[in-house]
Amino acid sequence: MRRTNWLAALLIAPLLLLILGSFVVPVGLTLFRAVADREVAAALPETSALLASWDGQGLPPEGAFAAVARELAAALEERRIGDLAQRMNFESTGLRTLLLRTARAGDRLRAPYADALVALDARWGQRDTWLMLQRASGPTTSLYLLRALDLTRTPDGTVTQVAVEEKLFRTLFLRTLWVSLLVTFLCLLLAYPVAYTIARLRAPWSSVALTLVLIPFWSSVLVRTTAWYVLLQREGPVNDALLGLGLLDAPAQILGTRIAVVVALVHVLLPFAILPMHSVMTRLDATYLRAAASLGANGVQRFLRVWLPLSLPGVAAGGAMVFLLAVGMYTAPALIGGDRDQMVTWFIANFMTRDVNWGMAAALSAYLLAMSGAVIALTRLLTGGAVQTGARA
Amino acid sequence: MREHPLARVLLRGATGLVLAFLVAPMLAVVVLSFSPTELMVLPPRGFSLRWYEDFLTAGRWVLATRNSFVVAIATTLLATLLGTAAAIGLQLGRFRGKALLVTLLTLPMVTPYIVTAASMYFAYALVGLTGSLPGLVLGHTVVAVPFVVMAVLATLQTFDANLLRAAASLGAPPTAAILRVVVPNIWPGIAAGAVFAFATSLDEFVITLFLAGPGQFTLPRQMYASVREFLTPTILAAATLLFLCSLVFLLASESLRLRSARKTLP
Repeated sequence: MRRTNWLAALLIAPLLLLILGSFVVPVGLTLFRAVADREVAAALPETSALLASWDGQGLPPEGAFAAVARELAAALEERRIGDLAQRMNFESTGLRTLLLRTARAGDRLRAPYADALVALDARWGQRDTWLMLQRASGPTTSLYLLRALDLTRTPDGTVTQVAVEEKLFRTLFLRTLWVSLLVTFLCLLLAYPVAYTIARLRAPWSSVALTLVLIPFWSSVLVRTTAWYVLLQREGPVNDALLGLGLLDAPAQILGTRIAVVVALVHVLLPFAILPMHSVMTRLDATYLRAAASLGANGVQRFLRVWLPLSLPGVAAGGAMVFLLAVGMYTAPALIGGDRDQMVTWFIANFMTRDVNWGMAAALSAYLLAMSGAVIALTRLLTGGAVQTGARA
Repeated sequence: MREHPLARVLLRGATGLVLAFLVAPMLAVVVLSFSPTELMVLPPRGFSLRWYEDFLTAGRWVLATRNSFVVAIATTLLATLLGTAAAIGLQLGRFRGKALLVTLLTLPMVTPYIVTAASMYFAYALVGLTGSLPGLVLGHTVVAVPFVVMAVLATLQTFDANLLRAAASLGAPPTAAILRVVVPNIWPGIAAGAVFAFATSLDEFVITLFLAGPGQFTLPRQMYASVREFLTPTILAAATLLFLCSLVFLLASESLRLRSARKTLP
């Protein structure tokens, strides 16, 4: 027995190492990055240390002014001021200019530095500037997690809403949630009669119908999204058909609208709703239906009181799968949707590649993971863990 | 047990419409890829293979195809090897927390790909794996391997453990017993997992977007870039060829499923 367990451990170990090293630890690092705050302490170590012992009243001592002038000049010289400037600018717009201006003036500044810095830029004479530097000295921050909910901290530490023109993320999360729920609802609505009919069809028709579900299931998400991109173009077949039927007078701009995103997402995710329902319904014990009939239940009653409750685990599994894939979907909205249709995923990609604000990318990822985790937990709770969620996407 | 005739007609009609909705976009792409002109209109005005010729002669498409297949084959080999070994280990072992371990190993399946991709990007950047072929293969393997684990575990449920005891009593060392008794009995499951892994890698886009270097274009990445740049029927030729691949995967997986279903019959 013990030898068998050794062998089992040996067989599992390589994959476990890969998953730990290439998935669990990286995702953990991302979660850590959502709260990590290292830029200020890394670029201005002495200033950070001095500010740590400052009580936050009035202005910090002359030593802090001297340290920040020297360390900013050094950071500029060694070309490592960028991360710091970006971090502080994200705290409060305009701090980038202040830091860069001070860094460039570095050599010309003379003691007493408190006067020299204030003469250079009045913001050095404001307590708030120093409070923000003090708070950003790390090692952790709630800045990104708060900002991802359109919240911010005033320099003295109270949490408030960001300015109206900077509000973005609550709408984004609500939009992601709304589009995903709508797509899930539509998928379930379309999938149920299909799964039911296929489960009750006779061979070989059931196999034929099932194959028509499996064909899109196996084909690439990008191929199917591209197909919709072609079909929905201004001169594309869908517009042609609508014009031909007299439903439109002039070609409509369908690409880049919310409708296009929802249609493409429903098309991409529908098989993930049909297949779990179908597998539950084909295993459903028909004797219950016969029993209900022999007890005098009519067709509607048999469906509502027997078939529907018995098939609910499949509905739950399919719904959870569709929702999970919808909130995490990047390709279809990115290609089909306009700027106002983008979901959390698109902003994560943007913060990663264009803005290079990894803290925000990590914070949005953390919330997205929380959403997915909640859905998985809820499904397990509802179905008692009986139905496995998971499929190819 | 029959439905009301009217209900049946309505149900079948609805089912037909939904199935048409599922299949029609792909059929349209296939038809349009044979378009003789750049115009993508239905019904087509003629038939031509010029976009396939374009696909086969354009350097970037050929390179993307080669990259895709290199990554997919490497991913399939790695994922099938690691996934099969782990599944057999999970079946053999008698220890607590097995369900938790299965959940952990299959977690990449339910994690949003964008989160996995962003996390891998951070982590791989630390060790210099971004923009490299090994990095891309490792990334694809992480998201492909859960399907292998699930497929092999499912087949192992039908494996008769007495066969292993028989092998051991006949003096076979454990490795020989696994290779010569277990693997030959569960190969349809292993093959099904491999097909899934290959298809997952060939389709994978988001992880490639983050991990691949500037020159590392795979077919999905090239398709995405081309659609954003300028839509030509060459993209549809590429899409049709990828669609053909997925039909092959479907056939392979269904025949394997039938084979293992026959095995489990009494």
